[in-house]
Amino acid sequence: MSRARDVFWDPVFNDNPIALQVLGVCSALAITTSMSAALVMSLAVVGVLTGSNVTVSLIRRQVPFRIRIIVQLTIIASLVIVTDEILEAFAYGISQQLSVFVGLIITNCIVMGRAESFAMEHGPGPSLLDGLGNAVGYSVVLMFVAFFRELLGFGTVFGMTVLQTTADGGWYPPNAFMAMAPSASLLIGCFIWILRSWKSEQVEKEFTVGALSDAGGESRIR
Amino acid sequence: MERSASYTLRFAAIVGVVASAVVATAAVTLSARQEENRLLDRRLKVLDVAGLSAPEEALSRAEITRRFEEGVRTLVVHLETGEVAGDIDAERFDPRRASQDPERSRPAPDNVAGVSRLPHHVLVYHLVRDDEVDTLVLPFEGVGLWSTIYGFVALSGDLSTVRGITFYEHAETAGLGALISDADWRALWVGRRLFDDDWTPRLRVIKGRAGPSDASPFEVDGLSGATLTGNGVTEALHFWLGDAVLGAYLARYRSERGIT
Repeated sequence: MSRARDVFWDPVFNDNPIALQVLGVCSALAITTSMSAALVMSLAVVGVLTGSNVTVSLIRRQVPFRIRIIVQLTIIASLVIVTDEILEAFAYGISQQLSVFVGLIITNCIVMGRAESFAMEHGPGPSLLDGLGNAVGYSVVLMFVAFFRELLGFGTVFGMTVLQTTADGGWYPPNAFMAMAPSASLLIGCFIWILRSWKSEQVEKEFTVGALSDAGGESRIR
Repeated sequence: MERSASYTLRFAAIVGVVASAVVATAAVTLSARQEENRLLDRRLKVLDVAGLSAPEEALSRAEITRRFEEGVRTLVVHLETGEVAGDIDAERFDPRRASQDPERSRPAPDNVAGVSRLPHHVLVYHLVRDDEVDTLVLPFEGVGLWSTIYGFVALSGDLSTVRGITFYEHAETAGLGALISDADWRALWVGRRLFDDDWTPRLRVIKGRAGPSDASPFEVDGLSGATLTGNGVTEALHFWLGDAVLGAYLARYRSERGIT
């Protein structure tokens, strides 16, 4: 079953949807100031992505080719609305915090990307694993970013005080930059940096501007 | 493979029907609990601003309901007349939703608070102790820097001093304007005076430090880096507690109790 394991683990580190494909970054910027919000968002994406992958895979032989995209979108949108309704009923506080970003999972390229590129061509079993793997890959980045933003921006982890802030009479002056969205770009950059130092095959081949004028450089033209 | 047009249409119709059935089922089965959540959330905010719960307390659903029903009376107030409307169920009434319904709202008079529509009715809360209104909780809203800020302000029963303020919804800059939700900043409001001698709202967020409440009763420290959010809070309070919105109700409240 090493193939099934690969289908699941590949998107987590080898082909991470955020770090390598650089998809779904918008929500990673928006809701990563608190770890509990990021965790709930991750769970929502796990639910939607596995649900949509399995559903799309089940009807892949029946879907008329020309309307496949809108069919996928209908499935994804329905799943997202159901997820949003469930959060509002059972995790009201967090759903208020996530506000529109749960709804915006519909436009998260990861979900539709997996439906179109994987679930349309594979059975429900592998599609489930692929959906799960990609969602976990997304979650890993989200939790990484949220951990540093919450710790450095507010001195807490999952709402529990780790670094006592000066406002609370402690020693730690919270870093306001971490509380703002641009810091997430920086952290995602760091994540990609660490990941690519570890798995150097993920580094894109360098495009050399001087390749053409370079003497004997013809072999390097791509 | 290419399918016939009628197959494609039939397929699209089936997908549409199934998807809408799933969404509708979820919405219908969960709506009761969602409604309850909204009510509990609003009650918790009122308890919080009225000082009936501490912010770090995690209250169960039953406990919120118990404290609220024991201590707080909810009134549906008609804004233009200031009268209490007995025919509207306060538990189900949502002023936010009403202000989006043309039948139950009107365009707001000119204002700098950025409010475009006002509902005909709003909810006002009385904290009753020994048959007297001990604390009065009033709603307000207005535009800050990025977003509409919604909040409650709690006043002592004689309207002389602020007991608390809370902002239950906004999307101001995290780390700057969003600090209006910070407990330390909100504590600065307690004990200050909202109205001047003619019952015009005068309390405002200034730039810099205001000092203790007996030295500058009408001023609250500004948040550095969040001047526009602070101005938004000031304008929202002045608009809502002034003649244009809650003025009629407050005038009636004062005359009923002989407050001058």
